[in-house]
Amino acid sequence: MKFKAFVYVSLKSGYSDPEGDATAEALRGLGYGVEKVRASKAYQVTFEAKDRAAADELIEEMCKRLLTNPTKDDYRYELSEA
Amino acid sequence: MRREDIKVLLMRAPGTNCDTETVRAFRDQGVQAHLVHTQRVFRERNLEDYDVLVFPGGFSYGDYVRSGAIWAKECEYRIGRELEAFVDEGKPVIGICNGFQQLVEMGFLPGWEGRSIYPEAALGNSTRGYQNRWIRIKYVGGGNCGIMAGLEPGYILRCPVAHGEGRFIFPPEQREKLLERLYNKDMLVWRYVKADGSFAELDWPENPNGAYHDIAGICNPEGTVMGLMPHPERAYYGYLMPEWTRERQPPQYGDGYPFFKSIVDYVEKKIQA
Repeated sequence: MKFKAFVYVSLKSGYSDPEGDATAEALRGLGYGVEKVRASKAYQVTFEAKDRAAADELIEEMCKRLLTNPTKDDYRYELSEA
Repeated sequence: MRREDIKVLLMRAPGTNCDTETVRAFRDQGVQAHLVHTQRVFRERNLEDYDVLVFPGGFSYGDYVRSGAIWAKECEYRIGRELEAFVDEGKPVIGICNGFQQLVEMGFLPGWEGRSIYPEAALGNSTRGYQNRWIRIKYVGGGNCGIMAGLEPGYILRCPVAHGEGRFIFPPEQREKLLERLYNKDMLVWRYVKADGSFAELDWPENPNGAYHDIAGICNPEGTVMGLMPHPERAYYGYLMPEWTRERQPPQYGDGYPFFKSIVDYVEKKIQA
């Protein structure tokens, strides 16, 4: 079966986020009343797995081995059949 | 084995830099330094031909995903066994800047119980974005990191940092415990300091990236794998030091010279032993 996962990776709370800070500053400069921006990344991963449980296991592993560094990143994903 | 028979392998990949400076520093120390593209190393899988392995600085694979992450995983699935064998033999592995990030991403650093599957630390976003400046780091190792044991205790090395992601961090809930472990195992090698030699205590710009406990470089428990964020190769010659224009005759060598000498002296003594 083919699955598609949207993976969202963001810095754990408490870690400084210069990209988010710079973005917030630029948005404020454009006149928007922005309080805070936290930058994050998104990946769209299409892959094969025998069933939903296996797909869950695989995408978890991909997140931990490459898409995130567990020391500093949080992640969540939405999994669906492609 | 003679000093000139020592072989240093510098792997380069798309986006690495400072590799030429690093090769030049090693060659000046009288050893053979081979700059080899990572794909060639993957094909030939001949790490056993070398005595020292260096991952240089730069922005490998455009820092995609995270600094050093893609190259680290590529090394893991292409030459993972060879790398582990190299480390298990006690041969020195050095990572400078992007190379340090890579060693952390590959799980060789800190490597509490050998190489870990997932990274056990991170070199996160610098608190002030990209930093490119001269800094001071102090050698704080107690002798476990043999490749640095040739340095005077407390040696202060001035050299540049140039990175956006270099802030050494442990998982917040464990950081005090892990710091204690670093000290207990004598794995803390370099810390950022101020001009008077006192620790930066997170003050910017002396600690350029907000690194926890001013950590600039660590080694593994065996002391054979070491990574650091600053660039000693950019301070190897006297004419590279920031004060050279103010001196009538700059010294031949800069602060980075003892760093490379210590590595080569260690390998020479080890091989002779």
